[in-house]
Amino acid sequence: MKVEYRIYMGIGIFVLLVTTVYFFWAKEYGGVTMLFGTAGLGIMPALYFGWWRKRMDPRPEDSETATLAESKGAIGAFPSNTIWPFVLGMGAFLSGLSLVFGEWTLVIGGALLIFAAASVTLESRRGGVI
Amino acid sequence: MSNFKSVRERRVGRKGLLLAFFAVVLSSCSSTFGGYRGATTQGQSEASLYQGFMITGIVVAGVTFLGLFYVLVRYRRRKGTNRIPSQRHSNLPVEVIYTVIPVLIVIGLFVFTVRSENKITQVSSNPNVSVDITAFQWGWRFTYSNGVSIVSQGANYPQLVLPANETTKVTLVSQDVVHGFYVPAFNFSRYALPGVTNYFDLTPTSTGTYVGRCSALCGLYHGEMLFSVRVVTPSQFQSWLTQQKAA
Amino acid sequence: MTIAEERNDLSNEEGGHEHEHGGPRGIYLWLTSTDHKVIGKSYMYTALIFMLIAGAMAMLIRAQLTGPNNHIVSQQTYNELFTIHGSMMLYLFAGPFAFGGFANYILPLQIGAPDMAFPRLNALSYWLFVTGGITMLSGFFTSGGAAAFGWVSYAPLSSYSNAPGAGPDLWIVAIALTGFSGIFTAVNLITTAFYLRAPGLTMFRLPIFTWNMIVTGMLILIAFPILTAAMIMLYADRHFGAHFFTVSGGGSPVMWQNLFWFFGHPEVYILALPYFGIVSEVIPVFSRKPIFGYKGLVFATLAIAGLSTGVWAHHMFTTGTVLLPFFSALSLLIAVPTGVKVFTWIATMWGGDIEFKTPMLFVIGFLFTFVMGGVTGVMLAAPPIDFAVHDTYFVVAHFHQVLAGTAVFGGFSGFFYWYPKLTGRMYRESLGKLQFWMAFVGFSLTFFPQYLIGLRGMPRRVPVYLVSDHVTFLNQLSTVGAFLTGASFIVWLINMWISWKKPVAAGDNPWDGHTLEWATSSPPPHHNFVSLPPIRSARPLWDANHPEHADYKNQGHGSVPREREEQK
Ligand SMILES: [Cu+2]
Repeated sequence: MKVEYRIYMGIGIFVLLVTTVYFFWAKEYGGVTMLFGTAGLGIMPALYFGWWRKRMDPRPEDSETATLAESKGAIGAFPSNTIWPFVLGMGAFLSGLSLVFGEWTLVIGGALLIFAAASVTLESRRGGVI
Repeated sequence: MSNFKSVRERRVGRKGLLLAFFAVVLSSCSSTFGGYRGATTQGQSEASLYQGFMITGIVVAGVTFLGLFYVLVRYRRRKGTNRIPSQRHSNLPVEVIYTVIPVLIVIGLFVFTVRSENKITQVSSNPNVSVDITAFQWGWRFTYSNGVSIVSQGANYPQLVLPANETTKVTLVSQDVVHGFYVPAFNFSRYALPGVTNYFDLTPTSTGTYVGRCSALCGLYHGEMLFSVRVVTPSQFQSWLTQQKAA
Repeated sequence: MTIAEERNDLSNEEGGHEHEHGGPRGIYLWLTSTDHKVIGKSYMYTALIFMLIAGAMAMLIRAQLTGPNNHIVSQQTYNELFTIHGSMMLYLFAGPFAFGGFANYILPLQIGAPDMAFPRLNALSYWLFVTGGITMLSGFFTSGGAAAFGWVSYAPLSSYSNAPGAGPDLWIVAIALTGFSGIFTAVNLITTAFYLRAPGLTMFRLPIFTWNMIVTGMLILIAFPILTAAMIMLYADRHFGAHFFTVSGGGSPVMWQNLFWFFGHPEVYILALPYFGIVSEVIPVFSRKPIFGYKGLVFATLAIAGLSTGVWAHHMFTTGTVLLPFFSALSLLIAVPTGVKVFTWIATMWGGDIEFKTPMLFVIGFLFTFVMGGVTGVMLAAPPIDFAVHDTYFVVAHFHQVLAGTAVFGGFSGFFYWYPKLTGRMYRESLGKLQFWMAFVGFSLTFFPQYLIGLRGMPRRVPVYLVSDHVTFLNQLSTVGAFLTGASFIVWLINMWISWKKPVAAGDNPWDGHTLEWATSSPPPHHNFVSLPPIRSARPLWDANHPEHADYKNQGHGSVPREREEQK
């Protein structure tokens, strides 16, 4: 996690420096706001990774000498085929189109969104790690 | 024997290449590389900056391509061979050199850029002439300080008249969407923005008529939003102005 | 090590559990798969279809410009064509082809992972991408036509009064959909690369392509939210009477430009970095050498990411509202890490054993085009030069050389390089080379004249020009080049068709590849790997295949068992 933390922190701090220079030199506050937000997008994930870095067991993928045997347990749970992302996408599509063609597509799109979101959640509850 | 000959040939080839390369660089010092010489003092400043950038660009790209072609020819796989080359994967001095040299080049370019840009964006406090330019869909209005106003009418392109060797201060605004006041021969363009007033100076150096156009997409007839600039002597300019005023 | 698979309820209508055999096929596979390989391929082919459509629009644009006063298309249609051409190429081809297509397929393979971290999210982002594309194209079928305000959509030209009708709204919705799709993919890529690496594959052993995709992901997460926010503001201005970008309501049209380019410039690198990654994979393999200056290359990529957030206003030099020296300095500076990359690639080939297969040819085409576009890019970083050529064909030529050149040459290099892995089949080398030469000659012929056209003062986005501009012949040359480039894609389609009809088996590792994607079968099985070689350097497969030249030998990690470790 150390490298992950550092690259995010590096970007965050670099953009913070740019923000400071820009703030005092350009005095244009739209840009300052955007740059400051961007610095946050570097620093926030960095803090998350930094927090975990201290609390996590050393991972075999961070060790230069780890062997495959060292990765114990499940890598993760991977879903098999499912239609719900497609339905969710269509729901988002129709909901988006309501911005152009009026509310009636939102009714269908919204219904699809809710139904698919619920189904995809239930599906992953039902599954679980083997 | 044949080996000796090929080495010599290669050397001549390289020398020839180098010579041709420098010939291009030297001959182009006087050239504008396809750009305009600039019919204003500001435009001439741009032209010389562009020349400098172009020469630097030719040198940098030339060196890079020479390196590339050398590598491609020298280290191509020969038919029927199967060798594993040296697996060297770093060389710190080389890496430092190819990082530091670009930094130095860039710093140099920046210095010249700032000089030129200060000259071009400078707005004089006591110009000889002031013109208000308003851009609109799809035409231009040029208003002189004495009230004379030239405006696009139908398909007639309006003409901006400027005195040579005098500084004209332009105040540029837009009435509707974003437009661009662009005179290619002046090497200059500036956006006309709604809600923003832009100021810049034009100091034409030679008389003549030049094409001007809208550079920023502004809708359906953007492509036909043309105008012309006629640069005349100061005395001609004064008589033109009074004549227009009377009309 | 096990790979868990979620169980579908056997009683539901999806047909329950399945494995690589007996699973769904055809359209049903396309609709339901969460396998990164299926999604990656779908992404790629969809993006390529969008590219062909947008390319056809480019042909129409070039046809219109063969004469100063042609009437091949109407002015309104012309504006719609270049708007949608640009929007599709940028939002629907160059980006998704790389981070949805290549990255999706290759990144998990390169790090020895069984899939992406969030497979269902991955499928969702594909569907958002497809529907975004359909939404954008459907603008042409509305009564008012498609959006016609350029891919940058400058306010207030994009306001309701200046651009009424459904077309512009469809454009906004399309950008929002593809924007979310990009954000989801970025989250997926970063999480996968951070959490699903194989044991021993430390960050500084990651293949450069994976590194570039991590940085691309970071940039997407920085840039795309701003784009989406800007789209919402624009929509609110158009329909809810908001005044973000209207002067009369106290808003600022220049703010749109700031927002857009704060997205837009990182976007340029979002489009370029994945292809730089591809190039950084192809060059070492076809030179039989490791990448030169690995860490330097990684830091150059990170430096590009950092700097790219501070250069947005170099698109706004001519507005007279931005701090010229600041943006000029940062824009010039970003040329340094970019230059370092080019030198790194040449240094990688130096002393190598270079084999000119199709992927390598495309890389050389990329290098040539990219250096040309890079040099003119440095010129445009100088405000005075930008004043002279801003919004002219000089700029058009520049960004096509850096962006389209990168996406087409880099993209096809990657396509041919990984085609055997994707399909298990080989393409026809002679047709690949023919395609390269046609594309390369055509591309150069298209864009070199455009530099001169721009220097002579022809603005972009105009359907007509003056005879006295002396650009007619140059425009005709450019059009010939464009059609030659277009024809090169027909050669590509023929190549694909032959390879499909008369398959030639490619083998698992036809190029003597270095990285883990070549350690599995072609195409890889469900969940990717049956076994992995031990990972002791950035080139585990090279180490396994060439133990006497292995990287770990010069890196001091001691000896490593020769046999492959079986995955449990
Ligand atoms: Cu205009």
